[in-house]
Amino acid sequence: MSANSNRHTASNADPGSQSGNAIEIADLSVWFGHGADRVDAVKSASFVLPRGASFGLVGESGSGKSTILRALTGLVKSWQGTMLVNGETLGRKRGKDFYRQVQMVFQDPYASLHPRHSVDQVLSETLSLHKFGDINDRVEKLLTDVGLGPQYRFRYPHQLSGGQRQRVAIARALAPSPSILLLDEPTSALDVSVQAEILNLLTDLREEQNLTYLMVSHNLAVVGHLCEQIAVMQNGEIVEILPVEDMRQLKSSHHYTQHLLEASMGYKST
Amino acid sequence: MNQENILQPHRTGLRSWLTADVPTSRAQARASAWYHGWLEFKTNRLALLGLCILIALVLIAIFAPLLSPHDPLAQQLSNRLQPLGSPGHILGTDSLGRDILSRMIYGSRITFYIVGLVVLIAPVAGLLVGTVAGYVGGWADTILMRITDIFLAFPRLVLALAFVAALGAGIENAVLAIALTAWPPYARIARAETLTIRSSDYISAVKLQGAGAFRIITRHIWPLCIASLIVRITLDMAGIILAAAGLGFLGLGARPPSPEWGAMIAEGRRFILDHWWVATMPGLAIFTVSLAFNLLGDGLRDLLDPKSHGK
Repeated sequence: MSANSNRHTASNADPGSQSGNAIEIADLSVWFGHGADRVDAVKSASFVLPRGASFGLVGESGSGKSTILRALTGLVKSWQGTMLVNGETLGRKRGKDFYRQVQMVFQDPYASLHPRHSVDQVLSETLSLHKFGDINDRVEKLLTDVGLGPQYRFRYPHQLSGGQRQRVAIARALAPSPSILLLDEPTSALDVSVQAEILNLLTDLREEQNLTYLMVSHNLAVVGHLCEQIAVMQNGEIVEILPVEDMRQLKSSHHYTQHLLEASMGYKST
Repeated sequence: MNQENILQPHRTGLRSWLTADVPTSRAQARASAWYHGWLEFKTNRLALLGLCILIALVLIAIFAPLLSPHDPLAQQLSNRLQPLGSPGHILGTDSLGRDILSRMIYGSRITFYIVGLVVLIAPVAGLLVGTVAGYVGGWADTILMRITDIFLAFPRLVLALAFVAALGAGIENAVLAIALTAWPPYARIARAETLTIRSSDYISAVKLQGAGAFRIITRHIWPLCIASLIVRITLDMAGIILAAAGLGFLGLGARPPSPEWGAMIAEGRRFILDHWWVATMPGLAIFTVSLAFNLLGDGLRDLLDPKSHGK
């Protein structure tokens, strides 16, 4: 409740929201396939993100981290449970209102931009889909916001580097000025030096635009840099939720988390 | 605005404008993409040859009245079956004394008319059916693709024959028949392309902007399918011309006085042993156009195939 009264900035926040939570997920299960082929990707996951928080989902590949994001955005339809965004319960279909609040940045910037669309086309289309006026100015502002000059505006993806592409993808996600950004391993396909740039950009953007982050990563260093709280996932289940301070000091109660942390430390020291 | 000022001095000519590293407007970016494509295309000599032949043929078709030495329909029975190089008739005359060269020049109009109409019908229908089936999936996919299978299962010329037999002989009906038998392969290609595209991240990304199926299919999937369709069209063009000629040869395409190349061969067949040029000359014309389309298609495949564009 106190978080809600402190935070009065979110202009596009849902007026009906009481809790001050950006995302609430309770007992979420996601599966793929039917009958004998059914694979349960996420098994009754629950967590809560207060507004303005930054939350990390970590775990090995195939543990269901990205699936949670895909279910949240409606890209995966086969789910069960309760999901609330800005206090509003999500149904099967997501409307434009939802996409104005929640946006997603994909893992691979080489796959997330249309190969035949220039940066300008990508951003203008996004803006016109959300019925914005003065598209020209907005496109330039978005490009400046993500640290790309206007000289990149009319380039095609194949004329951009991986880091620049990811900046374009972030600009597209920011176009409808959402309050929640879902980050699906936004740096894992990039060089280490570029990773740092993108992480700094994301940190700055969050401060400037008061965003809520839900980030998926298998890189604990990245999560430690960006997030305040992490949830550890294993085989589709959230085994532990802990503050990032505890993660840094290796204070975890679950043996899998301990294992994961030690593994990442061991990797670091060699 | 500052940026523009810095860029101005670089624009010294059309070429530098087209090759600018930093395009400053939508039009320039597009023109530059086309120009780079043209530069790449130019390096393929055979494709360039094919393009030149086709351009020449289109010009011949447009300026047929100026180029042809005689009226293609004017008969002169006293002058029939003149050999190659006879005075006034470089390619000789046919069984009714009509100038073969003039008939071939006018025949190019019919050929491009057929090709143009088929290109307007078949790939568009195939693209529609294929992308809708591929993107929507489920029962729509099943129904559309089974219909496609049914059309694919018919032998092309036989189905065209049946159509022409039902609708009556004539160029328009021949075109319709060819188009109706030519679309299924395009639908298949478009569907296969769509299936690989629809699950990609950039389609998911535009879905997350609230884009509907119509926009996704027309604005995001079509541009990627069209490249492979164009290649396929140019490669199929030879087959379409041959099918049209075949229908003409069987007497089910163009009606007798019209100088359609296939019909001309059919006519020359009767004298093929004594007066070989009557059938050979239009045959050579068909061969040239088909070859030109094939060469162009090969070049376009190298240019347009998205898979070869990773460089």
